[in-house]
Amino acid sequence: MSQGFVLNRSQLTLALALMAVGIVSIFILNGTELDIAGKNFTSIGLLLGGLLFYSGILVIVGMFKNETYLSVALLLPSIVAVAIFVYGFIAWSIRVSLSKWKGLLPDYTWVGLQQYTDLFHDPRFLIDVRNTGVFTVGFIAGCLIIGLGLAILLDQRLKGEALFRGIFLFPMSISFIASGVVWGWLMNPATGDRITGINLIFKMLHLDFLISLWQTTPPPWGMAFTVIPAVWQLSGFTMALYLGGLRSISEEIREAARVDGASEFQIYRYIILPLLQPVTLSAVIILGHMSLKIFDLIVAIGRKDLRLDVPGIYMWNTTFDGTNYAQGAAIGVLMLISVAILVVPYLIYSMRTEAEL
Amino acid sequence: MSKKNLYSLLAVLLVAATVLSACGPKATPAPTSTQVEIFSWWVGGGEAAGLAAMQKVFEAKYPSIKFVNAAVAGGSGTNARAVLATRLSAGDPPDSWQAHAGQEIIGTYVAAHQVAPLDDFFKSTGFGNVLPKTLLPLISQDGHPYSVPVNIHRSNVMWYNPKVLQEAGVTAVPTTWDEFFAACEKIKAAGKTCLALGPQWTAMHLLENVMIGTLGADGWSKLWQPGADWTSADVTKALDNYAKALSYTNSDHASLTDWQPATKLVTDGDAAFNIMGDWADGYLENQPPDGLGLKAHTDFDWAPTPGTKGVFVFLSDSFVLPANAKHPDATNAWLTVAASKEGQEAFNPVKGSICARTDCDPKLFNEYLQSAMKDWSTDTVVGSLTHGVVANDAWKAKIDTALGLFLADPTKVADFQAALAAACKSDGACK
Repeated sequence: MSQGFVLNRSQLTLALALMAVGIVSIFILNGTELDIAGKNFTSIGLLLGGLLFYSGILVIVGMFKNETYLSVALLLPSIVAVAIFVYGFIAWSIRVSLSKWKGLLPDYTWVGLQQYTDLFHDPRFLIDVRNTGVFTVGFIAGCLIIGLGLAILLDQRLKGEALFRGIFLFPMSISFIASGVVWGWLMNPATGDRITGINLIFKMLHLDFLISLWQTTPPPWGMAFTVIPAVWQLSGFTMALYLGGLRSISEEIREAARVDGASEFQIYRYIILPLLQPVTLSAVIILGHMSLKIFDLIVAIGRKDLRLDVPGIYMWNTTFDGTNYAQGAAIGVLMLISVAILVVPYLIYSMRTEAEL
Repeated sequence: MSKKNLYSLLAVLLVAATVLSACGPKATPAPTSTQVEIFSWWVGGGEAAGLAAMQKVFEAKYPSIKFVNAAVAGGSGTNARAVLATRLSAGDPPDSWQAHAGQEIIGTYVAAHQVAPLDDFFKSTGFGNVLPKTLLPLISQDGHPYSVPVNIHRSNVMWYNPKVLQEAGVTAVPTTWDEFFAACEKIKAAGKTCLALGPQWTAMHLLENVMIGTLGADGWSKLWQPGADWTSADVTKALDNYAKALSYTNSDHASLTDWQPATKLVTDGDAAFNIMGDWADGYLENQPPDGLGLKAHTDFDWAPTPGTKGVFVFLSDSFVLPANAKHPDATNAWLTVAASKEGQEAFNPVKGSICARTDCDPKLFNEYLQSAMKDWSTDTVVGSLTHGVVANDAWKAKIDTALGLFLADPTKVADFQAALAAACKSDGACK
């Protein structure tokens, strides 16, 4: 491949025009505001100006015969954006968490790991850790068991399978806030004349022993009830993962086992389940990182009840209600670390397997 | 057409389009003083209607200034304040914003140099002369006023259902916490909830009222000043009373959505008492859908919370002048309207609060608000904790956490008191 650079005058004209237009529009928008139908589109205009300018540069880079230059130039904006908005901000959060910034004015005085040691002596944060543990274990176990069960049932090639698949998957399309509000109504702990929701159904069925305080049960078991809506919402998703896995196991393996005299239970126990292990691992990673960061569902059910507190809620409270930015950043960093402990080994593992392939 | 010509044509078209659009009407010059962006959490019911009424007064007086309503939804402003904090740290302050008068402004926004003092404004408008003398020190720091209070709300009101009291055999409305607990025993025996409670912020609202009712106005005010003693036996007694009051509340309080369902428990006849600020009056008396359309004295009645007769626990919504105001003249115009008799008389009857000014016409207000206006001028005035008057945000957040831990296990009074004392040391007056 030639490394040369071929100057094409008309392409150069276009490139210069693009760059000039981009620069000029940025300068114009900087001094004025772009107002279309009463809405302010200034920032979008600035973005478009920047894109025009950059496309001019791309046209010039495109004149190089070596296409590597062009691909690097095309990727560069995303690399820069990710570097700033993901890794730059992670670094900044870590820096803030090592300071004593409290109040609206930034204060970067270095205090080392003080915020972290304080958190681990903070009774509220210890409740958060315990609650996250209860929630994560219950949520993952519930989703895996129910998801696998539903997948096995659906895998029996029954009629109307698509309909059931749809029904089980639908809850996933609802936002956590909405399902949290509705489940909050269903799991209403009121007693006596004001009994309502699922408790009312239990009462009408004369199953009074099932009437529950739900999420207001004394800790730590109240937290376990918040798992119910979460499992309801994501067991369908887990089912879809498992169903995909089950469908990829060839029928011949099962038949070979049957010929050898294995019972259906033995087939699942010794053949299917071990073959589904990669699916289980992906499901645990996906569900686990959701539950470690959970915020919206718990806020909607618990309404900032401290018995149902999780790190995400504490971070919001202390940062925005208490203006304690350093502590909020420390909680955020701890959440990031907890998710990283879960995800990073998986990423390394899957990169290695891909490399082997 | 050859490729070469196509490129050239594209280039010419692009340049031409830019030149045209630069001259065209799309890009308008940045407004200098033609708009005023007002940030608040008044989005529903009487609050939004009150703001709209004040906006009308403003637009009639200053037709050349465009009013931009930047309200953010969310009960008692928790979401709005998060948005505001983000805008302030991005150097993009609204032209004026709503904040609770007192330490919420002084401890948070003044401390961060986001708000400018209003000495000139108070001097030129004479606003200070029509305010109650007790209010000025609470909205000032080192003698400089920092906000324009628009309204006054009362925190220490006990709403009750006369029918439920009568059926339970409670003949007199309790005036002390001991009387209250005695009444609760009767109401409990009659199979009703004694005290209706909502989510955690209403539990803090109850806490301040039990504490003021036990400690008295003086004892309460001292807790927020240098040299405060949160470890005293008096505070222990107040917290014991609070724990006892909690034992008479509805079991599902933590799962109620806001204060309205708790107040409605009283008017529905499920509960006897609810301790809530006087914004409940608008909810009870306004016609549906804004309220329940109930009759005062028959469907519901009110009294000061036990132990607080002669005390007015106040909170106030007020507006500020940003330290680096983008449109100082427009902000000044807005503050003038917010401080004016006309503006406050337009806003308050609709919102269901009384004027911060003492010269508003009582005839514009309903019976409850008239009684509040009378008490406002005669009672001892103290500040509310829940609504930002006595404690800065950081201190209040610490108290909120201590309260949340206590609500999870309301037997641990000693732990609660220790946590409150620690909060005062770390973020409050005991530093």
